[in-house]
Parts: sequence; structure tokens; C-alpha cells
Amino acid sequence: MAGARHFAATTHKEDIVEDQLLTTVDWARAQFALTAMYHWIFVPLTLGLSFLIAFFESIYVKTGNEEWKKLTKFWMTLFGINFAIGVATGIILEFQFGTNWSNYSWMVGDIFGAPLAIEGIFAFFIEATFFAVMFFGWHRVSKGFHLFSTWMVAIGSNLSAVWILVANGWMQFPIGMNFNPDTARFEMQNFWEVALSPVAVHKFTHTTSSAFLLAALFVVGISALFLLQERHQKMAKRSMVVAAVFGFIASIFVAFTGDEAAFSVAQRQPMKLAAMEGLYVGQEKAPIIAMGIINSSKKPGDDLPAFYQEVKIPGLLSLLANRDPNSFVPGINDLVFGNAERNIIGAEQRMVTGKIALAELARYKYAKDTGDDGESAAALAIFDQHKGDLGYGYLNNPAEAAPPVATTFYSFHIMVVLGTLFPVIFLLVLYFAYKGTLEYQRWLNLACFFSIFLGYVAQQAGWVVAEVGRQPWAIQGLLPVGMASTNIAASNVQTTFFMFLTLFTALLIAEIRIIMKQIKIGPEA
Amino acid sequence: MIGNLDHSILQQLWWLITSVVGSLFLFLTFVQGGQTLIFTTASTEEEKSLIINTMGRKWELTFTTLVLFGGALFAAFPLFYATSFGGAYWVWMLILFTFIVQAVSYEFRKKPDNVLGARTYEIFMCINGSVGLILIGAAVGTFFTGSRFSLNLYNSVTWATPYHGLEAALNPFNLALGLFLMFLARILGAMYIVNHVDHENLVKRARKATWINLLWALPFLLTVLIGFVTMDGFAVDPATGVVSMEKGKYLTNLLEMPVVLLLLLGGLGSVIYGVAATGFLGKNSGIWFGGIGTVLVGLAIFSLAGYNNTAFYPSITDLQSSLTIYNASSSKYTLTVMSYVALAVPFVLAYVAYVWKLMNAKKLDIAELTGEDANEMY
Repeated sequence: MAGARHFAATTHKEDIVEDQLLTTVDWARAQFALTAMYHWIFVPLTLGLSFLIAFFESIYVKTGNEEWKKLTKFWMTLFGINFAIGVATGIILEFQFGTNWSNYSWMVGDIFGAPLAIEGIFAFFIEATFFAVMFFGWHRVSKGFHLFSTWMVAIGSNLSAVWILVANGWMQFPIGMNFNPDTARFEMQNFWEVALSPVAVHKFTHTTSSAFLLAALFVVGISALFLLQERHQKMAKRSMVVAAVFGFIASIFVAFTGDEAAFSVAQRQPMKLAAMEGLYVGQEKAPIIAMGIINSSKKPGDDLPAFYQEVKIPGLLSLLANRDPNSFVPGINDLVFGNAERNIIGAEQRMVTGKIALAELARYKYAKDTGDDGESAAALAIFDQHKGDLGYGYLNNPAEAAPPVATTFYSFHIMVVLGTLFPVIFLLVLYFAYKGTLEYQRWLNLACFFSIFLGYVAQQAGWVVAEVGRQPWAIQGLLPVGMASTNIAASNVQTTFFMFLTLFTALLIAEIRIIMKQIKIGPEA
Repeated sequence: MIGNLDHSILQQLWWLITSVVGSLFLFLTFVQGGQTLIFTTASTEEEKSLIINTMGRKWELTFTTLVLFGGALFAAFPLFYATSFGGAYWVWMLILFTFIVQAVSYEFRKKPDNVLGARTYEIFMCINGSVGLILIGAAVGTFFTGSRFSLNLYNSVTWATPYHGLEAALNPFNLALGLFLMFLARILGAMYIVNHVDHENLVKRARKATWINLLWALPFLLTVLIGFVTMDGFAVDPATGVVSMEKGKYLTNLLEMPVVLLLLLGGLGSVIYGVAATGFLGKNSGIWFGGIGTVLVGLAIFSLAGYNNTAFYPSITDLQSSLTIYNASSSKYTLTVMSYVALAVPFVLAYVAYVWKLMNAKKLDIAELTGEDANEMY
């Protein structure tokens, strides 16, 4: 942590011990991961179930059949229980940027804050306003307005996903901005580049479609449980058909957007792609590892094999990364140490440039502070030549530029395998529903029920790929997580970590028990 | 069009916009106030359910407004966001905890198998309505009393105390502001019950609660008002940006910005009229006077802190680290973009008001709680 942080420390009234800072960062990362993972237990269900409820209620309004209303209200009850805790964990994420990542908040708040505010104005108020109508308006507004409100909750929920994923997309692929040395922060230059970033578009389409898939699994799985228990069979079959159609369409979309997202990663975050596939040495006709056991001792630059065992599909990674099965895909070693033959500048060289940028920034700030205009102009000129690699200047070792490979690799493969399984389940449900024998397929109904949990595993794995694969960066290439955290003793963040862990776990247990009870009670309540 | 505005105009505009959002949040804390009334104003389970269900239809609006307030501060004044949240760590964390437990309490309280029991969720609501608001008041109080932090050349914050903001709650002015906000929320909550609940005994007690809580609020209000007119403030030299202490700065602000003085006096008068109308004149519309009054008081407080060359988030450790609406703001480009976005706010307010009117057209009564939709009730 040389450069700016070192210079900054000399101006503090209390020095910050390096080790303590790292520990603070570790706890801050753990806390953010904890909150984000808990949040993402609840949110995908909200995103998808809101649309399914809107479908159910639309059928009720169109047919006037009270059974569809009862069915709508049953799923709505589960939606409401889940929604509340999603909101609770969501507010923490927003404010955690300030509490645990205050340097990040200052350095990129000029860009990052805008999507969060827009999310509040354009999405959260729609959700909040129409949520009350959806639950308590059955006898207070017309049938049509109630249906409209239900749709607005679905649209509002998904609009909120747009803006938070724009923000996340910008962290993965920072564009539309420039570094201002006077304010020592990144400032927005082009809002549309930020809002319409291809990474943001891919993130939104892939994330929301996977959320639809999860909600479909939830409805299909709970309905399958009813069939297994021989309860509420008519309602269960109706729910399953609607959800399976929705889920199957969503699955196709997930596969398509997933492929686009991976292509985008290959172009803009090649290190992440290399970690996703455990590719250390770049190659032409690069294979995808269909299955593999990672060698956990393997480090960038050594001669150890990357896998203990693996099954490869030749050329497929090249096809996925560059749309050309014969193309070259860089590996972790290329990106860490560089590859002159392929014209790849490695982290090792970029660190040198980055450290020059940081030193010149420090010289510039000091000269400005002391009123030395000549010195500040000279420092600024050199800084401008090297600022593209600013973030690399904070690294101590080029190997730090590589994310944890095993975690990224396994998460990616778990997500892909499960994502391939789910459309098969939806198709089978639709097939037996068409045949009229759904309630007799005990094995399928069991598989549907357990698929709920697999759906959650796939969701979590997806975010692990996205966020662990981005390490060590808070902002790709510009700001490592170690520089982004708050200057605070680790014990504070550690304490709040355990407070959140206890509270969220207690609330999760309460939620699961309440939902199980509601399922037991069923739609007749 | 907006892009042609001066950066300083945009900074002032955004202080106004965030102040409006913050003030609307203060009005909507009638939900929090109502939550604390379940232990003092409701005498039966039925009455408790009426209070919780009437507040429960608006809790999300309050919550969302708080989130928007945070988002607007992040977007418009990121240095405040970074400095205050990262520095006054424990105050904000505790506030957040009270809002986490509130968010689930409505939905979980009456549901069978809720693990913690209905009483626990009611206590959560009460904590949110009391501790949460006192701490928010204490945090706002530091706009006038200052905090112990310093910023380096890179605007990285260092907090000078190990308590990370908790010390703010021990300052008498901050504490008085927090307690005033809590009792104000209880007044508003009682007014809202009178306005929206159809239950003779509960409404009768809620009417009484408005003026009793006003009496409780008065000493804290007086402490705050005396503080405003007597305390030294953090003045900023508009030419150099240098911050210095100025005797009677906030009194000067009131006198030099008569509109703010009018907002403050008009707002307090409106709240007091709302209490009189509800508590003594038998009217049901007091919440609107109380609500508008609260918004005006909120605007006055934020204006006093931020305008007229005043540091709105002052540092008592290092005066020159104090934040003003000029040195803490986003770039001109970002504020311009956000100003275009803010043009949607009137539209949002319009549909919120329309749905509010639709949903509140009929009062909440026991029959609704026990009727066909009983399973959906909180």
C-alpha cells in the first residue's frame, strides 16, 4: 500500500497500521459478501415471483374464476414474507458503501451514487406505493386498478434491478469517467456510457432472467410438494403449468444472456475468464473444462499442473471468448507477467506504471498544497501519461492481480451445470402436465422440490463468479479493495459483521419457518 | 438548459432537493411514532392491531424515502456520505439495525411460527420508533455541533474518537434534537391514527396523545431553539473557503434568511395548530397541518445548516476539514444529470398522492382486520 495511502497516512493525526488496514478490509469484504449473499437469497424470488403473481392475477381478472384469486393470494402471501427481508438487507447494502467503504464512496461517488439515487426515484417508490395496494387494496380499489398495482410492483422491482446492476456493471467495466487529481476522485463524463454500458446490459438481462428462473423453480417446487402430499392438487397443477412455461422461457434466455455475458467478460475482464476456466497459459483453440479438480497449490508462474484431473472440450473456450474456435485466449500467466508475442501487457509492467502515477499524484498534491505551481504542473503532466494504470500501483505483487482461481472456477461450473438442468425439469413438467399425469410422477415432483435449493445454489454461485472473479479490484483496474475501505479499526467492522450474521440468520430462520407454515396451511387459509 | 446553470447554483439546488427529501422523511416518521404508541395508547390487542395495520400500509414509503435520502446524499454530496457514514460509523450502524428489524416486524409479527414471538416484533418496532429516531436526530444535530474528524489531501476521513459517532448522542443539543424528533413522530403518529382509524376509544386516546406528546416535546424543542439563537456556528469565507467559528452564526442565518425564519416559525405554528385541532377541536385533519409543519421545520433546519456560507458538516477537530455544500458535492456534470432525473420527482409525488387518496378513502376498522382478507393483515 505505497503511494497515495502512504502519503495520506502522513497527513493523518493518527497513523494507520498497515496490518490493521488489511484486517479491516478483510472484515469489510466478509461483511459485504455476507450481506450481499443474504440479500440475494430474497431478491431473485421477489423479481420473478412478482411477475408470476401478476400472471396469476391477470388470469383471475380475465376469467373471473375465484380459484385463481385464491391461488394469487397464496403466492402473494409467500411473496410478502420474502419481500420484507429483502428490503431489510437491501438498505444495509446501500449504506455499507458509506460505512465500510468510505474511500470508495468518495473516490467513485460522483459516478456510483447517481444510479442508486435514480433507483430510489424511479423504482423503489413504484414498489413501495403499489405494494400496499397489492396487499390491502382488494376491497379499496377496483379490480382493474388492483391488477395494475400488481404489475407495477413487478415492474418496479425489476426497474430497481436495472439501476443497481448499472452500478455493478460500472464497477466491472468503468467507463464514461475521468480521474480528477484535484479532488482525488473519478468523475462522470458521460452518463449514457455508464447507463448503457454493455456490461450493465448483460448483467441486467442475465441476472433478471435467472431470477425469473429461480421464482419459477420455487413455484414449481412448492406445487410439486402439494402433489406429493396430495393436497391442493388443482391449484398446484395450475401454478406449475404457468411457472414451468415462464421458467422454460427464462432458462432459454438465461443461456443466451449467459453466453453474451461470458463473451463480454472475455473482452473486458480477461483475468476473470481465465480464472473461471482455470486457464494459466494462454493458447489458441482453448478448451473449456467440462469437469475438473483444481490443483490448489498452483500459483501464477509456477510449473505445477492447473488440474489434478480434467475433462476438456477443445476450442470451445476460444469460441465462447472470441466467437472463433481457433482464436487465442490469454491465461493468468499472460495477464500477470505479460506476453510480448501476443502484445499483452502484464500486471507486473502495469504496476511499474501505476506506481509512477501514484508517486506523481502525491507530488502533485503536495505541490498544490504548498503553492508550488511549477512543480505541480510537471507532476501532473507525468501523472497524466501514467494514470491509466493507477490502480496497479497499489499492488505489492503482480500475482495479486489474479482472483482466487478455485472459488471462481467451481462456482462458474456449478452455475453452468445447474443452469443446464433446470430447463429439462421445466420441459418434463410441461410434458406430464400435457399428458395429464403430473400428480403421478413422484420422482419428478421430488426433483422439482429439491430443485428449489439447487436454484438458490446456482444464484449464489453466479454472484460468486461475478464478484470473487473481479478481485482484487473494487473498480476493475482502477481501485483495489484494499484502498477502498474505511479507515477504521478492524474490531468495529468485525463486531458489526457478527451482529449482521446473528440478525440475518435469525431472520432467515424465522422466514423459512413462517413460509413452511404458510405452505402447510395452504391456499385454503 | 440545466447544463447552463452555474456549479454553485446546482450545489444549492441539490442541497434544497436533499433537504426536501429529508423533510418528507421527517413527516413520514409518523409511522415510527405510531409504532411507539402501541405500548402507550393502545389498551387492547385489537387496538394494537389497528395501529400496526394503519402504520403498516405506509411503512414502506417511509423506508423508501430514507433510502432515497441516502441515495441523494451519495449522488449529490459523496464526500458527506463517505465522511459521515465511514466516520460516525456506530451511529449509522445502530440506526440501520433499527430499520432492519422494523422492515420484517410488520410482515412477521402475526404470522404463525415466527420464532421470536409477536411481542419481540412489537419491541423491534418500538426500538425503531424511539432509538432509531433519537439517533437520527443526534446525527442531524452534528450539523450544528460538529464532529471529530479530519480529512487528508485525498479526502480520506479519520475519526478522532474510538466511539465513531456515538459521542454525538451525549451532546445535550444533539440529544434534545433527537428526543424532539421522537416526540414529534409520536404526535404525527397519533394524528394519523385519528385521521385514518375508525375506533372510538382508540381515536379518543390518540387525540389525547397528541397534546401530551407535545408537552413532552416542548422542553427539547426549547433547548434546540435556544441552541440555534445562542450557539456559535461554522462560517465559511465564500472567497477562500476558509472555515472559522462565528458567534451566533445560526441566529445570523435566521435573520439574514428571513424565509428560513418564516419556515421555522410557520412550521412550528402549523404543528401546534395540528395538535390543537386534533386534541381539542375534534378535527381529523390535524395530520396535514402537522405534516406540512414538520416538512417546513425540516427545511428550516437543513437550510440553517447548509446555506448562507455555513459548513453543514463541521469538524471540531480540524475546522478546515469541515464540509460545505461546495466542497462536498459531486461534479457539475453529475449534478446536471441528477437535476434532469429530479424532474421526475413531481410525477412520483403525484402518483404517491393519488394512491394514498385511493387507499385512505375509507377508514380502517375492526371489520376489515377480521374480514375476508384477515390473512393478509399485519
